[in-house]
Amino acid sequence: MVPTNYYVILSAILFGLGVFAFIFKRNIITIFMSIELMLNAVNLAFVAFSQALGKLDGQVFVLFVIVVAAAEAAVGLGIIILIARNRQTLNVERVNLLKL
Amino acid sequence: MPTHPMLEYLWIITLLPLLGSAVNGLFGAKWPNKIVNGVAIGSTGLSFLCALEAVREFFESGQVLFHKEFFTWIAAGNFRVGFDLQMDQLTVVMVLVVTGVGWLIHIYATGYMAHEGGYYRFFSYLNLFMFFMLILVLAANYVLLFVGWEGVGLSSYLLIGFYFLRKSASDAGKKAFIVNRIGDFGFMLGMFLLFRAFHTLDFQAIFTSSTLQGWPVELGGHLGTLTFACLLIFMGACGKSAQLPLYVWLPDAMEGPTPVSALIHAATMVTAGVYVVARSHILFAHAPTAMLVVAIVGCATAFFAATIGLVQTDIKKVLAYSTVSQLGYMFLACGVGAFSAGIFHLMTHAFFKALLFLAAGSVIHAMGGEQDMNRMGGLSKKIRWTYLTMLTATLAIAGFPPFAGFFSKDSILLSAFQNENGGRSAGYALYGFGLATALLTSFYMFRLIFLTFHGKRRYDEHKVHVHESPRTMLVPLMILAVLSIIGGWLAAPAMLGAGPDYFTKFLQPVFGGSEAAGPEGEVRALELTLAGIAVITALIGVTAAFWLYLKGSGKADSLAKSMWGAYATLLNKYYVDEFYAAMIVKPLLWISTNVLWKTADVAGIDGAVNGIAAGTTAIGDGVRHTQSGNTRSYAVWVVVGALVVMAVIFFWPFGGKPVLGMLR
Amino acid sequence: MTAQLAVFFVLAGLAAIGAVSLILQKHPIHSALSLIVVMIALAGLYLLLGAEFVAAVQIIVYGGAIMVLFVFVIMLLNAGIEEHTSISKMAGAPGLLLVVALAGFVAATIARSTESIQATSQTGELASTLGISNMLFKDFVYPFELTSFLILVAVLGATVLAQREKS
Repeated sequence: MVPTNYYVILSAILFGLGVFAFIFKRNIITIFMSIELMLNAVNLAFVAFSQALGKLDGQVFVLFVIVVAAAEAAVGLGIIILIARNRQTLNVERVNLLKL
Repeated sequence: MPTHPMLEYLWIITLLPLLGSAVNGLFGAKWPNKIVNGVAIGSTGLSFLCALEAVREFFESGQVLFHKEFFTWIAAGNFRVGFDLQMDQLTVVMVLVVTGVGWLIHIYATGYMAHEGGYYRFFSYLNLFMFFMLILVLAANYVLLFVGWEGVGLSSYLLIGFYFLRKSASDAGKKAFIVNRIGDFGFMLGMFLLFRAFHTLDFQAIFTSSTLQGWPVELGGHLGTLTFACLLIFMGACGKSAQLPLYVWLPDAMEGPTPVSALIHAATMVTAGVYVVARSHILFAHAPTAMLVVAIVGCATAFFAATIGLVQTDIKKVLAYSTVSQLGYMFLACGVGAFSAGIFHLMTHAFFKALLFLAAGSVIHAMGGEQDMNRMGGLSKKIRWTYLTMLTATLAIAGFPPFAGFFSKDSILLSAFQNENGGRSAGYALYGFGLATALLTSFYMFRLIFLTFHGKRRYDEHKVHVHESPRTMLVPLMILAVLSIIGGWLAAPAMLGAGPDYFTKFLQPVFGGSEAAGPEGEVRALELTLAGIAVITALIGVTAAFWLYLKGSGKADSLAKSMWGAYATLLNKYYVDEFYAAMIVKPLLWISTNVLWKTADVAGIDGAVNGIAAGTTAIGDGVRHTQSGNTRSYAVWVVVGALVVMAVIFFWPFGGKPVLGMLR
Repeated sequence: MTAQLAVFFVLAGLAAIGAVSLILQKHPIHSALSLIVVMIALAGLYLLLGAEFVAAVQIIVYGGAIMVLFVFVIMLLNAGIEEHTSISKMAGAPGLLLVVALAGFVAATIARSTESIQATSQTGELASTLGISNMLFKDFVYPFELTSFLILVAVLGATVLAQREKS
């Protein structure tokens, strides 16, 4: 029996790595992928707790998270394509039209 | 129809002048003088007639005290004040004096102010003053009296500063109001003490209350609430009636037009203090120390002001100090228990002092605005009627029989002589100073007459065209002159040995308990002696004035030079104004400027408000850096937000960690 | 050391390595492939936890659809090696601090809760697919319908966004 703690710790590690990538990577697509990583980490925690409590609510919620992630990925990548077309770059720091 | 319609509608007496004031004030700017006159004189005249009718009804009802509450003004818990008016013998005297003399002065003013600008404004203020003064004398409780009290102070300010474009005039108005205010402060404290002791401020309620009847007389060592209350009320009276040390506004008040000086600062407003003390006589009777203070202050003021009046050169200033001096006499009378004598002197003084001021105004009018006596002289033939009426008033004020002043001054001096409060020596001292003041009064009043009307002409005939005043100004003078002559005869019977005089008998129901006993028996001999001494004193005064100012020229100047120190002190009014300016006004101004203005207002309040604004700007300045336009920074801010939420959950002190709680 | 524990560590290590690789790679396509590795490892972990349906969905949807989408876009845009710019002042030292703080929080939370989380026996509502479908269509039917709406909106959005400009 793997203690639930381990899963939670793993989830935390993955989440932290996701945040790290979110802050320090410059390619928009990579940043997007880090968001997916964070969502996955959270999913893992959900499932782990679902098993620990013996209820299925966690897993149902994971399904919803996946659905939302999918929708978000679709729209987000559409936006990224537009940005790439307009700004000719995939470096997030070059997307700075809001700067005064 | 009620049995006494006028008394039932007593408030009409006060309302009429108020209406006149409002009408003139709101609409009078465009009206010709005639209409303004009509409104002003009409409203005051009607008020006088209503007053006469009310008095008639009062007599008809057997001189029963009339007291009616017309509406409730304040009802707050236990504190209840109504718009109560009353009519008793004292009110009869006061209301007739106020409306009668007031009406005469209104008529006079139509002539005097005929060529002045702001004509309608003048009469509007004058009527406003009448309104407040009538409220003051008709009031049946201290609070309503205080309303009138303050109101007359306001009107006085407005009227003194009537020529507001002149700095000295507006300064004088301010001075009058501020000094009055100091007195009002004392008056209010006195009212508070009275309320605390009696839980009401209604006159009849206090004066007939069992609390008061059971109150021990507060002698010497036992000074209690009543003494303090009386002293505080007297402080208010000092402010209003220009006694030491709050008299400094009255001489400056001469900046106002002469009818104002006559009405407000001679006949009516300044007598409000005496009225209030007389009205509160029962309270004072229980506090002999307070009464002694009143007598001493009154006597001291009388003497002090008379000395200053000796050397003044402005004709109105002499009369102003004379007023202060005579008010001192009235307070002296109240202080020694001769309340009806004090009121009697108030009445006669109203007649002859108003006459003196109006006649002085007539002189000034004749001289084309000149007020300095050193530039007058030899006018007696040119302005006969003015001269004769003024002479009548001077004889009255100097105390020559059978003019009015003789009887009133005499009964005051008699009561002072007989006074035992504070020891017999106190009584003798009061009498002595009172007599000395009478001497000085006679002297400076006749000095005024001689300098103004007799002797050589000291003005340039070509520049000044001396002319007699118009009828509107002369007729009131004559009426007042007649009153100055016969007014005193109300007290005559005493002289002829028929017991207390008419006036004292009339006021007996009001002053009954606290009045000193009237002259009887061997006291009559004393009275005649003292009367004789008084007359001789007056004659000495006349002779001295005659000798100094008429007989030889230059005698007065050489006398002044030889006593130049004393002369300078008197001429500069004992430097009291300078003293006040240095000791009180200057520090106050310093505090106002440096502490209140620069520190509290500018640094404190403005600083706080501006500081908030500056702080907001600074915060905004700092926060704006979050909007850098750089997407990566935004990413970091997102993480910061998430962190904040986590921190809140982590450090949430209420119960267990929510996360853990759900696991159980 | 049971077999389960061993499998766990293997899969966990795989996931961690994949995540680190995502960070360290310079070309986005490599990052994408690393992410796929993470997904598969997680699917394995779900299996280990007894959530078969979720594991299947993870692979099919996440691995098979979303990641494919990512790879398509990377190839479409011809993304190259990431250039190195450092314009943002916030990302940098502050960012590092934040990550550390975050890690600290999470670690502290876990440390506090060590005792209270106990794994129950692996029963509960067995036949997880049956149970999930029961819950999905009975208790959670409203959110379920809403998600279909959500997907519709996403499709519409993507279509509009990707349109060629009408010139």
